[in-house]
Amino acid sequence: MSRPEDTLSADVHYNDSEARKYTTSSRIQNIQASMTHRALELLDLSSPSFILDVGCGSGLSGEILSSLPPEEGGPHVWVGMDVSASMLDVALQRDVEGDLLLADIGQGVPFRAGTFDAAISISAIQWLCNAESSDVSPAGRLSRFFNGLYASLKRGGRAVCQFYPKNDEQKKMITSAAVRAGFGAGLLEDDPETKNVKVYLVLTVGGGNLEGNGGDITGVVKGMDGVDVLDSRHSNRNGKGEIKKGSKAWIIKKKEQMERKGKIVKATSKYTGRKRRVAF
Amino acid sequence: MKVLSLNFLTCAVKACKSSSNSYPLHPKDAELVQDDLEVNAQLLLNLLPRIDWTALSTTATELGFPALPPQAPSVEELQSDEKKLRDLHNLLMETQIMEGKLVCANCGHEYAVREGIANFLLPSHLV
Repeated sequence: MSRPEDTLSADVHYNDSEARKYTTSSRIQNIQASMTHRALELLDLSSPSFILDVGCGSGLSGEILSSLPPEEGGPHVWVGMDVSASMLDVALQRDVEGDLLLADIGQGVPFRAGTFDAAISISAIQWLCNAESSDVSPAGRLSRFFNGLYASLKRGGRAVCQFYPKNDEQKKMITSAAVRAGFGAGLLEDDPETKNVKVYLVLTVGGGNLEGNGGDITGVVKGMDGVDVLDSRHSNRNGKGEIKKGSKAWIIKKKEQMERKGKIVKATSKYTGRKRRVAF
Repeated sequence: MKVLSLNFLTCAVKACKSSSNSYPLHPKDAELVQDDLEVNAQLLLNLLPRIDWTALSTTATELGFPALPPQAPSVEELQSDEKKLRDLHNLLMETQIMEGKLVCANCGHEYAVREGIANFLLPSHLV
């Protein structure tokens, strides 16, 4: 299947006809609705809240937010951001209840600190991985977005971003950008290893109201059925504490650090970290 | 866009992040529309501590509303006083800015509002 992200930028791709097609397709509507419900389940909001919809498009997921019955914690009030004017035009015609902003999420989130109870994003943040012009980089756009989002959420707030990563590299790039912004981040995959895999990035700020589990995704999915927790954070550590200084693992870690900074680093081989033999 | 959202929006320009003048944004030539929405008391009570009352008073005066009380009402006051709740709901939720501009007091950047949608796209040199 072709990825529109690879060819055009979001505001160019979603022109009038593409926006209408997207909104009227019952297949897309169904998928969007099910993903929004899943995201709401992960957000676990018990009372009417103020929610940011990142990449709201024509307001398909926003509609669900404002029509949620009181017994499920609704109805929520939301603000939507999208870069495509055509999508927002369709949203206007459909008379959605939330406020709409024409804004590029890669330029940051223009809200003051602690504004939102939660944030939701359906099929949007993979667009950040492309840079349309030479003066912006995907990493810069990602970091501006996540820094802005982190600031605009209140302490203990959560964000759930469903996205379509092109490959594992993109998945890692997005997650590490979120972690660098200060979020507790984790990925939830529905239907893994199939064509219909759905990736949800679950982000927590502070996490004061989750007992135990460090207030991250493992706490969020606790008590949900059919979720396997794979925690890779504590691998490559020997027993407890840090890696021993001077060991091969330590050298490789340092090399990776330098590489991330953009330094030139010699390739790792089987000789890395070995002692030279005694000359005499 | 609702007055509620305006109470949370700041200037998006990078140089304004550190300035206290960049919040709140000041509406200019605003055309207002009154919508009829159901009162959601729980949401208002939830939002009340987060609303910047000084900024809201400024916005209300600039939009031509009668002056607000100098102190924000407490949660108990709102719970007991139906009229206060309704007034606040009317200002925050039902009043919508349809056309006009939002101006940053620090850099002077004007964000256009058309059909209720504010344009926060910035040219790349301001990001």
